[in-house]
Amino acid sequence: MLYESPQTTEDAVELLSKSKGKVHVLAGGSDLLVRMKGGYIEPDVVIDIKRIKSMNTIKKTADGFLIGAAVSCARMADHQALCKAWPGVVEAASLIGSDQIQGRCTMAGNMCNASPAADSVPAMIAAEAWALVQGPRGERWVLVEKIAKAPGVTTLRKGEVVEAILLPPKYKKSGDAYLRFTPRTEMDIAVVSAAVNLTLGAKGVITDARVALGAVGPKAMLVKPAAKAIVGTTLDDAALAKLAAAAAAACDPIDDKRGTIQFRTKVAQVLAKRAAKIAYQRAGGK
Amino acid sequence: MSVLVNSTINGDNVSFSCDADETLMDALRNRVGLKGVKEGCGTGDCGACSIRLDGALVCSCLVLGAEAEGRTVETVEGMSNGAELHVLQTKFLEHAALQCGICTPGFLIAAQTLLEKNPSPTETEIRYALAGNLCRCTGYDKIVRAVQDAAVVMKKGRKK
Repeated sequence: MLYESPQTTEDAVELLSKSKGKVHVLAGGSDLLVRMKGGYIEPDVVIDIKRIKSMNTIKKTADGFLIGAAVSCARMADHQALCKAWPGVVEAASLIGSDQIQGRCTMAGNMCNASPAADSVPAMIAAEAWALVQGPRGERWVLVEKIAKAPGVTTLRKGEVVEAILLPPKYKKSGDAYLRFTPRTEMDIAVVSAAVNLTLGAKGVITDARVALGAVGPKAMLVKPAAKAIVGTTLDDAALAKLAAAAAAACDPIDDKRGTIQFRTKVAQVLAKRAAKIAYQRAGGK
Repeated sequence: MSVLVNSTINGDNVSFSCDADETLMDALRNRVGLKGVKEGCGTGDCGACSIRLDGALVCSCLVLGAEAEGRTVETVEGMSNGAELHVLQTKFLEHAALQCGICTPGFLIAAQTLLEKNPSPTETEIRYALAGNLCRCTGYDKIVRAVQDAAVVMKKGRKK
C-alpha cells in the first residue's frame, strides 16, 4: 500500500485520478481503518487529506459556514459561532462515537461512508447543506442528500473528493434539531433518527421547513411531505399529527435485531415530533 | 512500502520507520517500544490504545503511523515526571481503580484530557468523557472516584 499526503486539493484530485488500483481517501479514518483491518477493503493507495489547508479549516463566509472535509467533529463542537447557528448539526456530529472518535471523525467522512444510520447526515440534509466536490473536471456543488446512493455507495465519480461541506448562514427566526434513538446513551449507532430545521414568520407561523429521517431506509432521506405538514402552522397538535403520519409514510426500514420495522416506524414519528418541537423553540416560537 | 516518520513523542524527537498500512498503535508499540499503548479491540471501541495526537485524544489503532509525521504524540509513558507519578496515576492506585491494568493507560490519557479541558467535571461529565474507554474489571465506579479525587487535588495544586 502507498500512503500519500498531498498539500493541495489539486494534488489530491490528480492522485485520485491517476493512481492505479484501489484508491481510498483518508479523512478521520474512523471508518476506513476499521474496514482495512477487518479485511473488507485492501487499498493500493490511501490519500490523507488532513494536510490540505482548505480541507482543515472552518470558514465563515457570506454563504454560510464552509467546513473542511478533514475537520474533526470535536473541532466543530469547539467553534462557538457554528454551535450557535446550527446547534442541531453540531449535536448530531457530536453524537458520533466517543471523545476519542470525535477527535478524528469528520462530517464529510460520515457522509461519504454512506451509512443509512450516519448521525450527521440527516441534520445536514435538514439544514440544506451542500457538498463542495472537486474532481478532474473542476468543482461541483451537490446537495448532501444526493451524495449517498445506497448503503456504502456514493454518487461521487472517479477522481472526485469532497473538499468541504457548506452550511447556509443562520436565518433569522430559524432553528434546527437532531434526535436519535439508541439502546445505550453513548457509543451506539442510531436505530432511528430525525432532524428538523424550520423558519418562523409572523405570529410564530412556520414559513419554511425541512425534515430528514435516518436509519429507516437505504439512505438518510429528505421527507418533503413531513415538512409540508407543518409549514403554515404554529406546530399545534394537528400539525404534529400530520408530521408524524408523513414521517411514518416515508419509512422503509429493515427488520433486524436492533429494531423491527414496526418499532422503527413508530419511533421515527416520535422523534420527528420531538425534534420539530425543539427546532420550533430554538427558532423563537412558543 | 516503508515510510520514515519523524515525530515528537512525549517531548522527544523520534524517528521510526513503519509500513504504510501500519497503525500508529503498532508503530508505537513495536517500533518505538512504548508498550503502554494497548490493543484491545483494534476498532476504536475500547480506548485501550488512547493517545494524544497534536493534543487531540484519539484511538491510535485508528491512526496510521505515517500520519504522525511532524506531529506531537503523547502516551501514558510521558505522564509521570520521572519517578514522580501524575496525580491521576497516584489516585488510580489509591482508589484501586484497576485490576488487570490493560485499560488503565487509555483511561489515564482520557482522564487527563478531560481534566485539562474541564477541571471540575461532574460525575456525569466524567462518565460521558470516559465512555470511549472500556474496563471489564472494576465496574467503573473506582475509576470515576479516582478521577473525581484527582480533580480536587489538581485544582488545589493550581491555586498554590
